[in-house]
Order: sequence, then C-alpha cells, then structure tokens
Amino acid sequence: MQGITPEAFVLGLSALGAGIAMIAGFGIGLGQGIATGKAVESIARQPEAKGDIMSTMFIGLAMAETSVIFSLVVAIILLFANPLVAQV
Amino acid sequence: MSVGPRIIIWFDEGPLKGVFITETVIWAIVVSVAIIIFALISTRNLKKQPKGAQGVAELIVEYVYNFVRDTMGKDKLSFAPFIGTIFLYLLIANALGLLGIRAVTADVNMTFALGCLIFLIIQYNSIRSKGMLGYLKHFTKPYPFMVPINILEEVTFPISLSFRIFGNILAGVIIVELAFEGLSFLSEEVIHLPVPLLQAILPLPLNAFFDIFEPILQAFVFSMLTMSFIAKAITSHDDH
Repeated sequence: MQGITPEAFVLGLSALGAGIAMIAGFGIGLGQGIATGKAVESIARQPEAKGDIMSTMFIGLAMAETSVIFSLVVAIILLFANPLVAQV
Repeated sequence: MSVGPRIIIWFDEGPLKGVFITETVIWAIVVSVAIIIFALISTRNLKKQPKGAQGVAELIVEYVYNFVRDTMGKDKLSFAPFIGTIFLYLLIANALGLLGIRAVTADVNMTFALGCLIFLIIQYNSIRSKGMLGYLKHFTKPYPFMVPINILEEVTFPISLSFRIFGNILAGVIIVELAFEGLSFLSEEVIHLPVPLLQAILPLPLNAFFDIFEPILQAFVFSMLTMSFIAKAITSHDDH
C-alpha cells in the first residue's frame, strides 16, 4: 500500500466498522414494526385496554432497543473517540 | 465536530490536579437546584383550595402516585417520591436541548451514576425483603447451574438502563447539531445570507421530536423499568 498512512488506514476501517455496526438497525426496525403492529391490532380489538397495551408496548420497545443502542454506542466510539488510532 | 461535553473548569495545579468539571456537572446541579426551589416554593403556605404553583405540584404528585400504584401495586407506594424525583429530573435534564443547552443525560458518566444508584437500591431492597440467606438463595432459582446467568442479569441491568437513555439522547443531540450545522452552511455558503437565517424555523420538527417527545418517552421508560425491577426484586420467587 502506497500513499496511505497507518492512521488514515485505521480511521477508514473504523468508519467502515461503524457502518457495519449499525446494520443492527435492520433487526430492531423489523422487531419494533412487528410489535407496534400487534399492539395496534389488539387496540383495535379491545379499545378499552389502550392504556395498558400502550405502556406494555413502550416497555417492550425500550427493551428491544437495547441491542441497537449498544451498537450505536460502538459506532459513536469508533467515530468520535477512537481508541485504535492511538495504538498505531 | 466533537460530541463530548465541553470542559468548563480545569484544575492545573494543587491537590485537584487533572480534575476537570464539564458542563454536564454544572447543568445537573442547576437542574437539581431548580427542582428543589420549585418544591420549596410550591409547598409554602399550603391552602385547601390549591392555586398557582401548589396546583402544579399537586398535579405532579397525584400523577406520580397513580403511576406508581398502577405499576408496582398499592403496597409499594413508599417508592413514589423516589420515582417521581427520578422522572422529573430526567424529564428536565433530557429536554435541556430546548434552551440550546447540551442535554445532561447525553453524558455517559451521568447516566451510569444513575444506573449505579438504581442498582444499589434494587440490591438493598432485595436483601431487605428476602433476608441475606434468601437473597443468596434467589440466585440459584430456578436451577443451581444458572447462578452465573442470574448474576449477569442483575449486573447488566443498570448498564443497559444507563446506555439506553444515553444512546437515545446523544443520538438526538448529534442529529440536531448536524442539522443546525448543515443549515448554517446552506444559508451562508449557498444563499449568501449575512446571518444563518435558515436555522430559525426549519429545525423545529427536529426539536419537537428530539427535545420534547423523546425526553418524555425516555424518562417514562427509565422510571417504568426501574419500578418493574424494584417490584420484581421485592416480590420473592415463591409467590408465583
């Protein structure tokens, strides 16, 4: 490899890694969509239970969100506070 | 663009050498003091007919007590003041972006401290309700070989709780800041305006989502998860 400094190489690969980490958003989008759809179905079937369904759904969405939040933190660390560049 | 909080005070010498105070600390103290002052003012000369600040305070207290009663049950109403404080604090701390201030909870130190506090409260109440022996025993349920998994579950809960609110709020801060920078670039370099006029109204939907809706949702989710985990820790496994 000519013309590429080690820092630039590590930074570029880190940016790629941040992008790959956010692929986790695919799964969470699918999951939250299904959960919200089911919640809407049950509200339509039983409108008087709307409050309970909504709060349970929010808890479930927040729980499901955890994985993608972790990958977001990984991506943010790779982009803004990269620990790998210092080791080059 | 840097995402960390700005450092306001930096000690170069003396016994505190290397210690620095970020804007997170300062705004966290400001928010707590504001809540304390509001609580003091609104509860002074209480009247039978609530008026002004007293009415607002009664509304908040009633809402929180109903919230806790619905989630944790009637016998755990003693947690309502704690949950209410956490909820109110997080609500204001998350929504500071409305004033152009960096949200306090967009700093992992702050949220992790909250997570540690809640971890200690959960463990303390678990020991108090089950007894030391029962506390150690509940790690072996349902099967003895699941001890590592049970311990892992207890330990990862505060971590995921703090990272959840941190990630959500930090993502909002980054997106709003990116939009503001892009609009300022557009108005200065493309349309050649002397002031970044495009920043005036266009980011309003972003602000409405990330500084009003998301703070309410995150404060709600945080206090809800805290409540359900405290309730789970108090209820022994033999009950069901």
